[in-house]
Amino acid sequence: MNNMGEIVLSVRDFGVEIPTRQGILRPVDGLSLDIARGKILGVVGESGAGKSMTGNAVIGLLDPPAHVAGGEIWLNGKRIDNLNRERMRKIRGKEIGMVFQDPLTSLNPLLPIGDQLVETIMEHLPVDKKQAMEKAVAALDEVGIPAAAQRIGSYPHEFSGGMRQRVVIALALCAEPSLVIADEPTTALDVSVQAQIISLLKRMCKERGTAIMLITHDMGVIAETADEVAVMYAGRMVELGPVRDVLTSPTHPYTQGLMASTPLAAKGNKRLNQIEGAMPRLDNLPQGCAFHPRCSIAKDKCKINPAPGMDLNEGRAACWFADGTKQ
Amino acid sequence: MLAFTIRRAFQSLIVLLVVGLVAFSMFNFVGDPVDNMLGQERTGADIERLRTQLGLDQPFPVQYYRFLEGAVQGNFGISYRQGRPVSDVISERIAATLELAMVSAILAIVFGVALGVFTAIRRNGWAANIIMSLSLIGVSLPTFLIGILLIYLFAVELGWLPSFGRGETVDLGWWRTGLLTESGRKAIILPAITLGLYQMTLIMRLVRSEMLEVLRQDYIRFARARGLKDRSVYFRHALKNTLVPVITVTGMQLGSIIAFAIITETVFQWPGVGLLFINAIRFVDIPVMAAYLMLISVMFVSINLVVDLLYFAIDPRLRADRSGSGK
Ligand SMILES: Nc1ncnc2c1ncn2[C@@H]1O[C@H](COP(=O)(O)OP(=O)(O)OP(=O)(O)O)[C@@H](O)[C@H]1O
Ligand SMILES: [Mg+2]
Repeated sequence: MNNMGEIVLSVRDFGVEIPTRQGILRPVDGLSLDIARGKILGVVGESGAGKSMTGNAVIGLLDPPAHVAGGEIWLNGKRIDNLNRERMRKIRGKEIGMVFQDPLTSLNPLLPIGDQLVETIMEHLPVDKKQAMEKAVAALDEVGIPAAAQRIGSYPHEFSGGMRQRVVIALALCAEPSLVIADEPTTALDVSVQAQIISLLKRMCKERGTAIMLITHDMGVIAETADEVAVMYAGRMVELGPVRDVLTSPTHPYTQGLMASTPLAAKGNKRLNQIEGAMPRLDNLPQGCAFHPRCSIAKDKCKINPAPGMDLNEGRAACWFADGTKQ
Repeated sequence: MLAFTIRRAFQSLIVLLVVGLVAFSMFNFVGDPVDNMLGQERTGADIERLRTQLGLDQPFPVQYYRFLEGAVQGNFGISYRQGRPVSDVISERIAATLELAMVSAILAIVFGVALGVFTAIRRNGWAANIIMSLSLIGVSLPTFLIGILLIYLFAVELGWLPSFGRGETVDLGWWRTGLLTESGRKAIILPAITLGLYQMTLIMRLVRSEMLEVLRQDYIRFARARGLKDRSVYFRHALKNTLVPVITVTGMQLGSIIAFAIITETVFQWPGVGLLFINAIRFVDIPVMAAYLMLISVMFVSINLVVDLLYFAIDPRLRADRSGSGK
């Protein structure tokens, strides 16, 4: 990872635990990844794979009883997973911004968007109210809100969904964080607006050198924007690599299945193949590799031994037999 | 918004007319006031003179019209029992009731909201649990019992506070207040608590459940993700979003505080209109009863009107003006 430039986010062997009456669940387990300045890491995986959990853990917003259990998170060379509440709060918004899925519910309906911007700016930057106001207008302008200065007093309901997501992005970026976590930022939007929002995120990222963790189900979005892709399955990362490699020649059998089931990779002429079965529930994980019951190349070893570390396949995939199955 | 206000004002007027009709009908259906006013020794001439004096010799619609005409001018005729204008009798006593109601309402709102927020934020803490359990007592004990218990404890056993009356009052010309003297302030404590306790617990439980609901919303998560302080998240973002239902209920409760002051005033011998009404019933003093009914309904109606207008002040989505909206 030495040719990737300045590392903004570095997650090492990281886990999240949820204590329940049935025992401890691990929605995220043994996760390691890096994102460099100006780069976009796409995170994909089925519903329930632990993508949001990972994002929430990084920004320190896990809902109790879920909590960080082991591993390290480094942000710009500082360790942040063991900070107290107050210091973590100061990092949120200032160093890590977050964009949620639904712009219709992300904004406080009772406050003008200008007030929400100003409060965020004044919380994190040493500016007075007037300067904060100017910055707020500039932030709206930057995300492409027309006549930003006039719209500053408008309420969220006076904007369309796409415009609201732009406001949300302005809010996430107004204190110039070095990392943005975008959790399915386009899922709730009209198809016609999705591309605009994605290209906006991409533009901001390039202009400011912001690192982005882009959580999504949409392989098209990944193909267009991400530099690298992390594939998650049942809380574990199964594949990580440059976007072209992962999309065109997936290494892990799960990624292969995932690609075969997306129109993008199937290129129209092949039939779309769903992977048989469903992802196991966290309270019912199979022994060995979590994917083995659905895997076409699983051998006895996979049923007994947990999946190996990524380094077995040069950091690409967590699979015992990935090499042998490569086409 | 103007149209809405006018429509509401019109509806209020209809409500008042109906109540007025009911109040007025009492003159014809409940007992014969002349019987009550003149003792056993009366002559036919006496009766006739009194009937004319009270306007009872006129036909029904004329009587109703004259009643309304008078009511609008604050003139409700002459008290059968005291032989003085009802408006004088009421205005002597209204200050006592309004003062008691105001103090109770303020206690109920301030403590209700504060405890509601507290128990929502610390929803699993021991203090919150104790408060919630105690609040069950508050909603289930009848008012007169609370009053009697308070009198027993603070007036009889401890001797700290007086158990009846208003204490010394100061005449401000248009208002006779007990709040400016030490004994007046002491005297209002127990009745105010008695009158407001139920409303306080109601507001508290409502604020709590609304807060818990709001704290689950995306915009609260987003406010946290922007690194805002807890204080701002709880009070600026969350509490404000609970206000619409809270104000609705609080408004209705203010009305009932004034209406149910009757019980508290009886228990504490508080010289307000409630006590006056009870005595009026006993003596079938219909002008006083009618005036009291009208007074209470005017208060109910105006509180409701204020509540409706507060909605507009709080929730921008209800302000129907289209200026500044669009994409
Ligand atoms: N409080 C909880 N108790 C038990 N399990 C939980 C709890 N919260 C989350 N989970 C589980 O944690 C797992 C990870 O959830 P997460 O929201 O991260 O999935 P995701 O990958 O973001 O899915 P999606 O694509 O649907 O957003 C899920 O299987 C979920 O059921
Ligand atoms: Mg998710």
